[in-house]
Amino acid sequence: MSLDIVLILLIDGLSTGAIYLLAGLGFVLVFSVTRVIFIPSGDIAAFAALTLAAFQSRTVPGSIWLVAAMAVLACLAECVTLVRNGSARRLPHAIFFYAVLPLIPCIAGLAIAKQDVPEILRIAITMALILPMGVLIDRLTLRPLATSSTLILFIVAIAVHFLIAGIGLIVFGPEGVRTNPILDGVASLPGGVVVPAQQILMMIVALLLSLVFYLFFGRSITGKALRATASNRVGARLMGIRPERAAAAAYLIASGLAAIVGILIAPVTTMYYDSGFMIGLKASVGAIIGGMASYPITAIGSVFIGILESGASFVASDYKEIIIFSVVIPVLIWRSFAVHRDGDEEIEELA
Amino acid sequence: MKNLGSIHPLLARTTSDLDRRQFLKRGARAVAATAAMSSFPVGLVSRARAADSTIVVGFITSMSGPVSSLGIPYDQGIKAALAFKNQVGGKSVKLIALDDASDPTIAAVNARKLIQESNVDVIIGTAGSPGALAIATVCAETKTPLICIANANPQGEPGNWTITIPQPAPLMIAGAVAHMQQAGVKSVGYMGFADPWGDLVYNALMESTPAAGIKVTSNERYARADTSVTGQALKVFATRPDVFVGGGSGTPGALPYLALRERGYKGQFYGTPAIINPAFVKVGGAAVEGLIASTGPVVVFEQLADTNPTKAVSQEFAKALKATVPDATPNAFSGYSFDAWVLFLAAAENAIKTNAPGTPQFKLALRDALTNAREVVGSHGVYNFKPGSRYGNDERSRVLVKLEKSDWKLIS
Repeated sequence: MSLDIVLILLIDGLSTGAIYLLAGLGFVLVFSVTRVIFIPSGDIAAFAALTLAAFQSRTVPGSIWLVAAMAVLACLAECVTLVRNGSARRLPHAIFFYAVLPLIPCIAGLAIAKQDVPEILRIAITMALILPMGVLIDRLTLRPLATSSTLILFIVAIAVHFLIAGIGLIVFGPEGVRTNPILDGVASLPGGVVVPAQQILMMIVALLLSLVFYLFFGRSITGKALRATASNRVGARLMGIRPERAAAAAYLIASGLAAIVGILIAPVTTMYYDSGFMIGLKASVGAIIGGMASYPITAIGSVFIGILESGASFVASDYKEIIIFSVVIPVLIWRSFAVHRDGDEEIEELA
Repeated sequence: MKNLGSIHPLLARTTSDLDRRQFLKRGARAVAATAAMSSFPVGLVSRARAADSTIVVGFITSMSGPVSSLGIPYDQGIKAALAFKNQVGGKSVKLIALDDASDPTIAAVNARKLIQESNVDVIIGTAGSPGALAIATVCAETKTPLICIANANPQGEPGNWTITIPQPAPLMIAGAVAHMQQAGVKSVGYMGFADPWGDLVYNALMESTPAAGIKVTSNERYARADTSVTGQALKVFATRPDVFVGGGSGTPGALPYLALRERGYKGQFYGTPAIINPAFVKVGGAAVEGLIASTGPVVVFEQLADTNPTKAVSQEFAKALKATVPDATPNAFSGYSFDAWVLFLAAAENAIKTNAPGTPQFKLALRDALTNAREVVGSHGVYNFKPGSRYGNDERSRVLVKLEKSDWKLIS
């Protein structure tokens, strides 16, 4: 194994790790605020990739109808709940957030689907279209169960994953797609190693978003509210923070991260309707290393998984997946010793 | 928390909703299957099918689910075949088509339904190898011949009732290896799926390369959902092979070629018939330009010499296909369905002389005629079957094609 091979594998691992990092941050965010291990975020990433690919091949992506249908259903569900609770005066507000806002990118998507438009507009509309998916999935499936145990939320999240992967097969078909690279070309490193610009872009985006995350949680009111909800749901509620609103913000951010993952990864690999699951699963290993709580450790863990995967695919490609998922075992053993120091959620549930 | 009391009913409702959805999905499939069945008079009428009435053929393919990208062309092929000829030996032929939704369990259930309720004389199916193997077991149990359109090789008693239309992997790989030998290639790199297909291609490669004096330098594996094959590509690259063979299928099959070209690999690419579909060409783009693959002659039938016996059959097939499914062009998969039909017609012609359709004797005679078929010309080649072996193809069922400007060009 010569030095340049090590370098290439390292860069490949870092760019894959960057993807897992973004997905892993979404996992930790949603879990800490809502206690849901949001498995469908991988599917959302795949949908973003397939949507962009459909726009690029001048076809109407099936995700438009999916988002529109979910928006209508979520709006109905929200309206029924509001009327039942006697807060009908908030109806216009609910209709605006659950139906009007998600439908705007649907209409924009229909308008540009068959047109020659700049790539950046396609990416923007794809982002806008995918962004509400997490919130809508939450409203339709997980919100009514928000106070159930972590296990039930987990099982429902898995069920939702299978449901929307099945819908993905119907609306996108079984064939894989690749999108045009956002950045073309290569950068040369000393020693004759070339790095595709797309991989550099993946790493830069991950780095920048990590920074934004850091600032958002450290400085902004919304970020602080999310942190408060994460550390003590009841306490946050007493302080006037609405858990539902915090959850919606968490899902919105997680969907945004998933959409970025999908858009970044689609030019370097072939994406299928069900590709997201594997990405999500590997990112979740990174999040588990971070104890589903710590953003910096999740970031380090995700990058570690990326590099491990890249190295394993070189050394023993047949055993690659086994090597990656084996990492979970020592991590869980280590975590089970460390857990007593962390805030215990079971106690909080009893309260 | 005032809504605590509603947690349990709510929960019960939501989970049972999910269950019901799953259940409904399955139920819908079953209903669809039943509806398809009932389009033909089933039950007592068909059980007591008059001995001298029509011949009934059961057809199973995957119209939905992940294998449907192959299953739909299979269906188009059989539609064209029925339009091509639906009479044999003075009897008319009736076709009953069912969808297995890419699920081997449903494939087996469908086979049982076709045999027990519609009393079919022969089954043609299905798109995926696991489904085909499941059908073969049912066929052996009920002593019904199976014309297998997926690349499957059932062993034991199921094998005795099966003939397989697609070319065996070693035959196809040998064609590519012969081309390498002519070009003076000394070493070949390999990267394929981490599944039985990847093993099959690798084993075929190991079988045919020693005689040609070619060394296989790598045996790397990847999965369909992998986000990167850079590690494997580097390893292939490091062994510096003259040429490279990919052992994937469909669009996921493009991943190794793309990764190698990205790393600056300059050698010739070879492929298997499994990658020949329009989506592969689209995903592979410039990286797979110039790729050489072995496939059945039907894929490039227009470019074949007029002396090639399969050309006339393929032309007939293309004509029938155009009439039934106007926007479809012949491809390898629809060709397999068509050839299954051609073989069935040839066998039925013999079997009908001595036995009446709808009887066990007819099914046995049909099986014997199929497994002893001689020089039957289809769109994929000239078939010669013998009992004890599923495959009936020879070199005439293999051509080499090269991808030029996103089109497959015949080279030998």
